[in-house]
Amino acid sequence: MNKEELKARLEEMLPSPSFEEGAEWTTVLLDKGVWEGFAREMRSAETLEFDYLFCVTAVDWRTHFTMVYHLTSTTRRHMLVVKVRLDHDEPVIRTVSDIWRTAEFHEREAFDLFGVVFTGHPDLRRLFMTDEWQGWPLRKDYEDPVNMIKL
Amino acid sequence: MIEELGTTEQGDLVINLGPQHPSTHGVLHLVITLSGETIRKVEPHLGYIHRSIEKMCESLSYRQFIYVTSRMDYLSSHINNHGCALCVEKGLQIEIPERAKVIRVLMDELTRLASHQLWWGAMAMDVGALTPFFHAFRERESINDIMEETCGARLTMNYMVPGGVMADIHPNFQKKVKEFVRYFNTKIDEYDELVTDNIIFKSRMKGIGYLSPESAVSYGCTGPTARGSGVSCDIRKLYPYEVYGRVSFEEVIDGGGDCFARYNVRMQEMRQSVSIIEQLIDNIPEGEFQAKTKAVLKLPKGEFYSRVETARGEFGVYIISEGGTTPYRIKFRSPGFSNLSALDHMARGHKIGDLVAIMGTLDLVIPDIDR
Amino acid sequence: MLSIENITHSIDAWLNGKFSPTVVLLLESVIVGLCVIGLFAVLGLVLVLMERKVSAYMQVRLGPNRVGPAGTLQTVADTLKLAMKEGLTPDGADKLLFNLAPFLVIVVAMMILAPVAFAKGIQIWDINIGVLYITAISSLSVVGVLMAGWASNNKYSLLGAMRSGAQIVSYELSAGMSVISIVVLTGSLRISDIITSQQDGWWLFKGHIPAMISFIIFIIAVTAETNRAPFDLAEAESELTAGFHTEYSGMRFALFFLAEYVNVFIVCAIAATLFLGGWMPLHIGHWAGFNRVMDYIPSSLWFMGKTFFLIFVIMWFRWTFPRLRIDQLLNLEWKYLLPMSMVNLLLMTVISIEGWHF
Repeated sequence: MNKEELKARLEEMLPSPSFEEGAEWTTVLLDKGVWEGFAREMRSAETLEFDYLFCVTAVDWRTHFTMVYHLTSTTRRHMLVVKVRLDHDEPVIRTVSDIWRTAEFHEREAFDLFGVVFTGHPDLRRLFMTDEWQGWPLRKDYEDPVNMIKL
Repeated sequence: MIEELGTTEQGDLVINLGPQHPSTHGVLHLVITLSGETIRKVEPHLGYIHRSIEKMCESLSYRQFIYVTSRMDYLSSHINNHGCALCVEKGLQIEIPERAKVIRVLMDELTRLASHQLWWGAMAMDVGALTPFFHAFRERESINDIMEETCGARLTMNYMVPGGVMADIHPNFQKKVKEFVRYFNTKIDEYDELVTDNIIFKSRMKGIGYLSPESAVSYGCTGPTARGSGVSCDIRKLYPYEVYGRVSFEEVIDGGGDCFARYNVRMQEMRQSVSIIEQLIDNIPEGEFQAKTKAVLKLPKGEFYSRVETARGEFGVYIISEGGTTPYRIKFRSPGFSNLSALDHMARGHKIGDLVAIMGTLDLVIPDIDR
Repeated sequence: MLSIENITHSIDAWLNGKFSPTVVLLLESVIVGLCVIGLFAVLGLVLVLMERKVSAYMQVRLGPNRVGPAGTLQTVADTLKLAMKEGLTPDGADKLLFNLAPFLVIVVAMMILAPVAFAKGIQIWDINIGVLYITAISSLSVVGVLMAGWASNNKYSLLGAMRSGAQIVSYELSAGMSVISIVVLTGSLRISDIITSQQDGWWLFKGHIPAMISFIIFIIAVTAETNRAPFDLAEAESELTAGFHTEYSGMRFALFFLAEYVNVFIVCAIAATLFLGGWMPLHIGHWAGFNRVMDYIPSSLWFMGKTFFLIFVIMWFRWTFPRLRIDQLLNLEWKYLLPMSMVNLLLMTVISIEGWHF
């Protein structure tokens, strides 16, 4: 499915999707509440079949967080980027690790480095940092006088 | 969370494999729950070599950050650099000269060969045969010599720069590569004789660590791990970059899903890499090796994602630019990280010896996972 | 002709002329004990060096080549290093058993040496149940390994020891069966009788195919019994780091190391004795001239040549094959080797009764 068809298909599924223009791949901005149901739907929906989540990450925009999900389909080979905006003070989002198993590790990474909390995650713990680590290293306001070298 | 010491409530033995252990090839720490010799659960504990490269890159310029990525998957550092260079070029919207493209692909394939050779030796060592390791290193040494001549380094080459490659190839490059290819073509059959056809090796590999195509996709496995499960996922074939679209090679897929299938995929990939090198080595076009770029690179505001196929699978670089000289946020999607997440799924119900064999076929490079 | 046999006899005669029989026995025991310890030291040095050189040439490298001429003194240097190291005892270990285990293993290895005939007339103790004695004593070494694994208070050691226990106990059966098949042919358990019976040809050739089968089974079984690759599951470097001797250091580790090599020597010596005629030169039927020529080669050389050839074969295994998994290892023994050796023993008995062997 090319970009236009994909857009049209998504418009059918979502009440009022907002697309981000100018990106390489179709990028859709979603509301936190819509995301979980939509994820489950597009994982199996005919003509979509986004079965392969190849990148999950968070971005700290100082005022808010964005969760970015890069998706593709191993059968149809189309790409979709889903962005979900999260509150900066209370970044909470529903996990998708039960839909794509790979999300389990990627979400742990996002929790570890950004402090994004994934509800329903089977094993949400620090992944890279030690268990007693304070703070979320990849946030823009993170300061660590000992371990960080400023250029 | 299971206890780190002692036994679980069900009476299963909990042992720590790593962070210092002969078979983890680095500082991977696995907490294994055992019932007798049978594995109940494997839990990877990561971060022993976490340097937060993503954070580091946020304060480095677009020229500088590429060098840090050599330290991630140090066995395919060329390909990491390549992915980053591609992403920056995508942002700058520059076309690189033909010569640079061919040189890049040649270097990628040599790196892939070197990486697979090391994997082969380490894999055989994991299942208890120590001799192949030295044979693999003998061949890898000649690749390293070629790299040293052209790039000036043997492991973290830092040869790719945005716009092309850092320097032109050494005058001896073509001659040496051809010599190596001729030599290696005879050695790869020896590899098969020594290890692949060994009955003990086969019985250790076949039917072990089964990963179904569905789980491979769900766990986000890429590279030989997924192709060993019959999933077509070679970025070089699906989304050709540089000159991959023009050379003829096969995407090696083996539907077996077990350790032997993954092993077989890598062995065949070595032959494919040799074939790619053979096709390109005499056809390096004349011309510039680097496109003209500004001294200080500034990416336009936006998001750029590039994907390349490393020796271990798909390597993704995700750059978010605010228009400055440094990336606002950079994310590396490393192949080993996703492949490792499937380890628990594959190892359950097998023996300790199998776990080591499965880890061997996943070809884990720990700095690539921890970043 | 000056031979080792004459030397020992003259020493014996001289001692008997000077002292009373009891004192002679005591003195001779001391001499033999010193000889055995000396042999142990020399064997350890030679075999470790040999292993390193053999592996090096198989792995396209040179091996030790710095200490002494062509690296011959490397193992001496290594032993010195190990002797100077601190022998650590882990905190939670069972101190007594932990310290006892390496000695037990080495003592067992020493005891098996007793009935081995090194050359014509050179045998410490020609006991009439020699073969039975060897099989009985060699099964004791598993106690030392289990002791080490259990007392270390380390999970890797424990796993290694458990594997080793299962392995040695299983493979003892096939090894025993193979030994019995030769005993059936000879009709005697005495080592010297077995060697004499091979005067006109080695059992490997005289005993038809069953003898060859039992020889192969014996070699496989003893490789497993000595915990050598491809059956080195008790140590399984890539799985259990060092298995049962993970916690040992310094001289105690060296004793385990030494015991491994001495055990390899002993089992190869036994294989050479049972199947390849021990110190008996290569004799072919009634070829008197040929046999005479062969007799000129000293018997000790024959024995050492055969033993070291077998040791080389076992080293060759180690540097070629991948390791088996524990269940495959036990399958191999219980499903293939044991039934095979049972049928083989039956065949051998028939051959022996009918007198079909040469």
